[in-house]
Amino acid sequence: MTSPTKHERRIVIRPPLSLAGTTRDENRTLIRDWWADLDAAENEGRPVANVFVMGSMAEILRTFDMPISFPEMTSLQTAVRGRSLEYITTAEDAGYSPDICGYVKADVGVHLQGGDHPMGHLPKPSLVVATNLCNTYIKWGEIWERMYECPVFVFDIPGWRGSGFETKKGSGTFRDDVRYVEAQIHELIALAEEVTGRRFDIDEFRETLGHVNELSRLFQEVLELNQHRPAPFNALTEGINLMGIVNAYRGSPKGTHFLETAKAEFEERIANGVGAVPDERFRLLLVGTACYSNFRDFAGLFEDWQGVFAHSDYMSFAGGALDRGIVYDLDRPFESMAEQMVLSTQEAMGGMFWGQDWLTEVVRDWDVDGIVFHGVKSCRTVSTGLPDEREWLLRHRDIPGLFIQSDLVDPRLWSEAQLKNRIDAFFESLESRRAAGARR
Amino acid sequence: MTAETVESIVDETRTIIEDPSYPMARRWLEEHPGGKVLGHFQVYFPEELAHAAGVLPLKVAGFDTALPIRKADAHLAAFVCSIARSALELVMSGTFDLLDMFVFPPICDVARHSCAVWARNFEDVDCQIIYLPHNAASPAAVPYLTGEYRRILREIEEVASTRVSDEALRRSIDVFNENRRLLRELYRIKRDTPWNLSAVEAYILTRAAGVMPREQHNDILRRALAAIERRDAKPQDRIKVVFSGGFCEQPPLDLISVLQDACYIVDDDFMVGLRWILEDVAADGDPLEALADAYLNHSDYSPVQHDPRKPKEDMLLHKIEAAGAEAAIIAAAKMCEPGLEEQVGYSQRLYDVGIPHLVMEFEEKSNTFEQTRMEVETFAESLLFEFA
Repeated sequence: MTSPTKHERRIVIRPPLSLAGTTRDENRTLIRDWWADLDAAENEGRPVANVFVMGSMAEILRTFDMPISFPEMTSLQTAVRGRSLEYITTAEDAGYSPDICGYVKADVGVHLQGGDHPMGHLPKPSLVVATNLCNTYIKWGEIWERMYECPVFVFDIPGWRGSGFETKKGSGTFRDDVRYVEAQIHELIALAEEVTGRRFDIDEFRETLGHVNELSRLFQEVLELNQHRPAPFNALTEGINLMGIVNAYRGSPKGTHFLETAKAEFEERIANGVGAVPDERFRLLLVGTACYSNFRDFAGLFEDWQGVFAHSDYMSFAGGALDRGIVYDLDRPFESMAEQMVLSTQEAMGGMFWGQDWLTEVVRDWDVDGIVFHGVKSCRTVSTGLPDEREWLLRHRDIPGLFIQSDLVDPRLWSEAQLKNRIDAFFESLESRRAAGARR
Repeated sequence: MTAETVESIVDETRTIIEDPSYPMARRWLEEHPGGKVLGHFQVYFPEELAHAAGVLPLKVAGFDTALPIRKADAHLAAFVCSIARSALELVMSGTFDLLDMFVFPPICDVARHSCAVWARNFEDVDCQIIYLPHNAASPAAVPYLTGEYRRILREIEEVASTRVSDEALRRSIDVFNENRRLLRELYRIKRDTPWNLSAVEAYILTRAAGVMPREQHNDILRRALAAIERRDAKPQDRIKVVFSGGFCEQPPLDLISVLQDACYIVDDDFMVGLRWILEDVAADGDPLEALADAYLNHSDYSPVQHDPRKPKEDMLLHKIEAAGAEAAIIAAAKMCEPGLEEQVGYSQRLYDVGIPHLVMEFEEKSNTFEQTRMEVETFAESLLFEFA
């Protein structure tokens, strides 16, 4: 089969679905509300926290009614709206290297331009919580510390430790890790009290933890719906909306309501035999991130071959590890939060570095034909070892994989012809593999 | 009998550090059949833990053009720093085939990923991440790190089939305290009388700590310090600078040579992990806790550790002042995310306080430095006129 072009996509007539578009509409409303809340906080002089998707500590900050800004989300929004390059070059003009994270530079550019963002106004942070789950988070926090003299709390969650490491609940290492994390929960609470001038309310904290339990359960259920063939949603294009909301509304009933909406819409698609990609032919697993500066084109290169992303490790680590099944014990909230933080982040981060076993399980359970490893210059956390992982999975597990490179938000690193050549060749190899399998 | 010279000691040491096959470690293995070797990546590793178990700790700090990259590139993304490639190449190429255990600290995302890449490819090597705390100022950091050191010690004991006593740890701490004292003296000379010890000489003598048993390094340092004592070079009309940016990937020796031709490098962060602890580690009490306390509370600074008690620009300014330097070279290794980000903060502060500085990038595999020479000479000359 020759490679189709994006102009040859077929017009598909889908059966009328009563819930069609409900997830998208609720997503838009929630994102607008989130921006409005950030705007209002700044106008009213309320403190805002800058946090990150991996280890946002929303459980604590929401208890203080503190609006939380996610610079990864606001940076990717500059790219989706085609404005990232102007912010990136503003940061580069201020001395930031072309070789560092594009998210950082897009964000720095917005701040250097007075906070004017295509979707609203970025407030100055009063508090930064940077986990160690991406080392660049810490450096990014230090940039705001210099700009605004705001406190940066590095929330440290000891991660995967190497050969043969397993998180064992009864082990001495687990106990040491939990003790360290629990102590930091109390330190962060004390700092948040200082910044907000509010007293910590343990009942609100328990309520927030309860919402996260519900969010995690629903997130797992939604992801599992994509084990269905055809996959009801595309983990690349629609997955980003799911991730955005579960981060921005982690610990809020609005987040759980959104996932209920998404679940209902996807279940309706399944009931009517509607897949995210018409006439699904290939089921893919994305390892790494998307390319937001050329988001539609990136997705189209796979959809043109009727390939759907049934899952992604992105939805695991950037979904705040909610897919790993977070269950807080509300009777011992601090200790339980520390335990769950250690368990879920070690699994999610371990999955990123030492992902071959988890990826093998996903390939089996989501019935995946091949893995797309997308390395981005912006993110060494995600990308460094992808070529090695691809090669290992092919050699040891006979799982085909494609390694491609571009960027999260920097359009200068997008090379469509080169990407298309590699992606087309990958699909052709999957077809050959399928044909050979059929002959056997 | 003629007393040995600094030049002869440095030449002998240079031969050792420039050989990617780690010749001194091979000799140690010949003398200790069945001995075990623990390698560790930049920046800091508590080598006392390995030493106390009779295991030879070696620092892997990358390699210059002496080690061409042939295999490692296929395993790492394109935009990864050179030191991660050359560390991997050292083992993949078979050049450095001595390892029983390798430890990465979580200094950056490349280092954390590298541990998994190594573990997938070198099944016979116990590849570990020693999770040094990122919340360095937390009161819970010392107890946590003490536990993490205990975990790593158990791994080492398993590799070496031995048990380590507190007494053995204290003896090792003594050896490394001595090493740190000697290195501090070396850096004092470089700071106070840089005409008696060039930057290249100090660099070679320091880096050697990572490639041989520490007792032998202590001996080299004692000999070198005695020889430096006999030197009586004349000061030259050069500006004094502090070099920043050598905490992980190392600039090639020829690049340091180019810099020292134009100025005195009176302080720096080359191989800072070997000098990370600034005072003697306490010999009494729990030795693991003493090491953890020293790492967190009696230590230097670097772009890969956030510690609100040690704002990095303030630390750099203090270093410049303490060394009596007039200017700074703010360097970063290519593709080094933390180093490149720190460069901006350093540069802005130096600009604000009016300290002249040169911003530059380097790569361990660079082999032409004419452009750098021109930049540094111009920078130095302009300052000489200014300060004249």
